[in-house]
Amino acid sequence: MELQVIDKSDLSRFVENLLMNYRVEGVRKKDGSFNYGSIEWPEELFLDFDCTLIPPKKYFLPPKETLFQFATAPSVEVTPVIQDNPFILFGVHPYDLKAITQMDRIFANGVPDPHYLKRRDAALLISVDPKRVAPRSFWVDMGAATVSNGFDLMFTDIGEGFVVEVGTKKGGNLISQYGKIRQATKDETLKRANARFQLTQLSRKEGLSFPKREIPKLLEHSKESLIWEEQASKCLSCGSCNLVCPTCYCFDVQDEMELDLVHGERLRRWDGCLLQDFAKVATGENFRESRTARYRHRFFRKGLYLFRVLNDVACVGCGRCSSSCLPDIADPVNLLNKLKEREREGGI
Amino acid sequence: MKQAVPEISPYIPKWAEISRIDNLTASEKLFEMSLLNKEALGHMPGQFVELSVMGIGEAPISVSSAPRENSSFELAIRKVGNLTSAVHRLKVGDRVGIRGPFGTHFPIEEAKGKDLLIVAGGIGLVPLRSFIHFVLDHRNEYGDVIILFGARNPSERLFLNELDQWKSREDIKYLDTVDRPDPNWEGHIGVITTLFPEIDIDPAKTYCIVVGPPIMYRFVILEAKAKGIRDRQIFLSLERRMKCGLGKCGHCQINHLYVCQDGPVFRYTDIFALEEAL
Repeated sequence: MELQVIDKSDLSRFVENLLMNYRVEGVRKKDGSFNYGSIEWPEELFLDFDCTLIPPKKYFLPPKETLFQFATAPSVEVTPVIQDNPFILFGVHPYDLKAITQMDRIFANGVPDPHYLKRRDAALLISVDPKRVAPRSFWVDMGAATVSNGFDLMFTDIGEGFVVEVGTKKGGNLISQYGKIRQATKDETLKRANARFQLTQLSRKEGLSFPKREIPKLLEHSKESLIWEEQASKCLSCGSCNLVCPTCYCFDVQDEMELDLVHGERLRRWDGCLLQDFAKVATGENFRESRTARYRHRFFRKGLYLFRVLNDVACVGCGRCSSSCLPDIADPVNLLNKLKEREREGGI
Repeated sequence: MKQAVPEISPYIPKWAEISRIDNLTASEKLFEMSLLNKEALGHMPGQFVELSVMGIGEAPISVSSAPRENSSFELAIRKVGNLTSAVHRLKVGDRVGIRGPFGTHFPIEEAKGKDLLIVAGGIGLVPLRSFIHFVLDHRNEYGDVIILFGARNPSERLFLNELDQWKSREDIKYLDTVDRPDPNWEGHIGVITTLFPEIDIDPAKTYCIVVGPPIMYRFVILEAKAKGIRDRQIFLSLERRMKCGLGKCGHCQINHLYVCQDGPVFRYTDIFALEEAL
């Protein structure tokens, strides 16, 4: 597909036009950190960020989401709630886009989940290539430095402007209707290719010591490793790694009543498999009682169990878990390298 | 995304009205209910539903009745958490939400023509009752049927009338035991595995179906194997925290398996190597 260019001087106008016609969500800078939120005016939108605190999954799987509303009197009645309000998500890095693409498959797999899928269908994704890497990110190692699909539009900063790749018809219409674009020159196309190549070289200093494709086999080999317990002995069971993970999607289903005790809603809320009671049943039995079992479960899920569904490891290398983990045991690179080292020594 | 997205949320329950409530023990009640839309629940023995009371929440509950032609079905519920306590406060005529049925079922087809050794521990009798009723309704389609039932003490024994009926039937063998007897108990005493010496089976053609508390499985399976029953012919039902029933929420996961979809009834050979299963 032909590449387009939007000059930086015209970006603000483009965003303004979007704001007049759509709800726009994007990355904002607050107190030195980056986070997704509603964009009210163009200056708020930040495209040169390293990594946001919370991944964009919250737009498709909100931390707390109404599944339906109900009234218990005069007779029990249920009102379905499925959100499908169109919006633009502006500024999704390739690794987060990869995570969204994986989650799309999970929520469409088996019993399709309209709550997720309708929100997802209603979103227009404008991806942006990063220019820098967060200290704990290792998306290069996870093959998520660049992506070639999943976006409606893809922006790459080449200095004086952004090269825009159109991924879908929806995206193409959006940029031609609201943006002042021109065809990319040969030089600009080259600059973009170069910028994207640079991305694949932006590895963390201490990266994964072996190829990603070996992760499932390594985990299978390391089931009984003592490293799980060594690491998990420091775990606070806080679930922060789950919370900030772009591929964690576990949830709890709960009811909330209004004060009139008649109206209420059934909702789902993010949950985390590292939390102590995650696998506990009403009779008190806890099927993953030890921190080690819970800690290991998370890695197995990403590298073994979801691998069966996705044919890919469900980790995109954003490094959010590493930066949010107080005892610093969540870092997949660190853990996997440890397991690999033990394997190389001939142990487990 | 190309595929069609369903318009209706799989979280919206159907409504059922309670038609009968029997007290089974101090902490268990049997609820008979019917779907308001007059449809049959359409379950197979061993499957579960998500039962809900609006404002309290939802919980997975196994269906305790055999499949019926009409819309009624039975749930036996122990009062143990928020939802089940709320259900215990309901009266005849009250309405509850039902999603499902979900999950796998006992091997009613595969075990046809074979002998059955049904082992129930405590509240494990609840899902097994659906299977037992089914087998008794189709008695001539199965070979010898042995039912073993163990409870911690006599006061925790469920479905007393039915236990008496099973005991007096000529076409099945029913044995029971309690771990801790009370002064009135005249039967067998000991954990459920102490009943195994009293039974005689043809292992090659016997299917062993086990449901009970987690601790019971390990010991019962050892006994079944000692009797020569093939691993492939052992089935069990596992309890987990099925919150969504749709293979998504993650709570019921055992390694790569979702108990709500891949279970709750498992063939022993499918799970014996999984660290978190038994």
